[in-house]
Amino acid sequence: MNSLNTFINIFLEIIIVVIPLFLIVAYTTYSERKIIGFMQSRMGPMRVGPSGIFQPIADVIKLFTKEVIIPSNANTGLFLTAPIIMLVPSLLVWSVIPLSEYFVISNINAGLLFILALTSLSVYGVILAGWASNSKYAFLGSMRSAAQIIAYEIAMGFALVGVLMAAGSLNLQEIIISQRGGLFSWYWLPLFPLFIIYLIAGIAETNRAPFDVSEGESEIVAGFHVEYSGVAFAMFFLAEYMNIILISILVTIMFFGGWLSPFENSFLEIYFTWIPGFIWISVKTLFFIFLFLWLRATLPRYRYDQIMRLGWKVFLPITIIWIFLEGIMIYYKVGPWFIL
Amino acid sequence: MNIEIAVFFIFAFFLIISSIGVITINNPVKSAINLVFAFFSSAVLWLLLNAEFLSIILILVYVGAVMVLFLFVVMMLDINISQAKEGFVKYFPIGLIVFISIAGLLSFFFYNQFENSNNNIITEINILGEDNTKNLGYVLYTEYILAFEIAAMLLLLGIISAITLTQQKNSENKYQNPSHQVNANKKERLSVIKDEENKL
Repeated sequence: MNSLNTFINIFLEIIIVVIPLFLIVAYTTYSERKIIGFMQSRMGPMRVGPSGIFQPIADVIKLFTKEVIIPSNANTGLFLTAPIIMLVPSLLVWSVIPLSEYFVISNINAGLLFILALTSLSVYGVILAGWASNSKYAFLGSMRSAAQIIAYEIAMGFALVGVLMAAGSLNLQEIIISQRGGLFSWYWLPLFPLFIIYLIAGIAETNRAPFDVSEGESEIVAGFHVEYSGVAFAMFFLAEYMNIILISILVTIMFFGGWLSPFENSFLEIYFTWIPGFIWISVKTLFFIFLFLWLRATLPRYRYDQIMRLGWKVFLPITIIWIFLEGIMIYYKVGPWFIL
Repeated sequence: MNIEIAVFFIFAFFLIISSIGVITINNPVKSAINLVFAFFSSAVLWLLLNAEFLSIILILVYVGAVMVLFLFVVMMLDINISQAKEGFVKYFPIGLIVFISIAGLLSFFFYNQFENSNNNIITEINILGEDNTKNLGYVLYTEYILAFEIAAMLLLLGIISAITLTQQKNSENKYQNPSHQVNANKKERLSVIKDEENKL
């Protein structure tokens, strides 16, 4: 009976996280079209509902009623499992994300490692989708994307090593708590190079502009998901936007104090204590989601060899040198890198 | 407890099925994916043994990095299945001998190990509380520091030798000099020629 209760509890918690997540994904697509529209002096979607507010719902209905076309000579089994492999890890990661000081589905000790392990799985979706569709463009897109994801994953992992050295823990709640003390004690300042690298590598990991060579409309049509339609395409779409939200919330947790208030230790602190942590983490995450959309509207696409050079020859050395310096700082107990 | 046993049997079953799949499936890409599933299931089994660090690292390193490169290579290769399967009968006895010896050695080792152990390996190294990751780090950097450093040196050697092997063919290298590209300017690249004859 007791185990049944915990089971129901966990199930409810999952629903509390996943249903709003899908809604946020839907409205991230809407806000992307609106924001980029405004940045380019267009209106964006306007037809469905007031100011096009029901556009994402119409899109969902459209995608779910379309046929899933399987190309001839495609590897049917892998073709259909690739979107699932893409989607499942990006959903699973949310089980360890702390959304407020009290709410996290599973507060595991090795949370940071768990996230790294799961985010490294989504590359299979891309590779298999490209290979199984039996199409040149899809295969080219998946090859590009896989090489890019591997290159940036290393820089990303090293940036997180810097965070865990400063926090002294792999647990995400403890990482947030170790950043206590207001806006300037969050890790974005003491770990500034790692923060920039993590953010850029995160954008590259999600295959977003300006690193979206795996889609590259002008060169390879739509990259690895060119042969997908209907629900299968919707899953890729969902996974992409879920990854954007995930990277935004991870940047918030690792470098921007998660659910902490930015006014701690300042005269403004007492005026803002009534705001719950969930609001803070949401506001910060929404800012980074906006950054993703802003970059897409602003920057042109990188050339492929420049992406590789940036990943391997610029980011990797910077992270290694910074981790070395940070280690020295921590050894000689120099703040703000050393906490305890 | 019941859930743990159920999870163990489910993933042990997956592990066996996918391991058999690795060596029996004809399509090399599919067998590589079966290997990925095998790694994943064994990571889950390690998690059940409270070795959360090792199991996550298994997924991170083997599934997330090594197998991706594996899949990469396998996809690029054009493997002729019938050629690769030639001489199966000829090599079967040797394979059987290798199989029996490995299985025998492993089962002998495991049998002896579990007969003599008190099944409390995890609690033995439990120095800093129940956190497996911290314990492992503590043991690695104190007791086994020498072995750890030797392994690190071996890996470094592997990296350097791999790079030197791939960099030997200089003729095929299409390296672009980034500073040269950045310094390109309009004056050097463009020249305006006035075409007096075909003037409109």
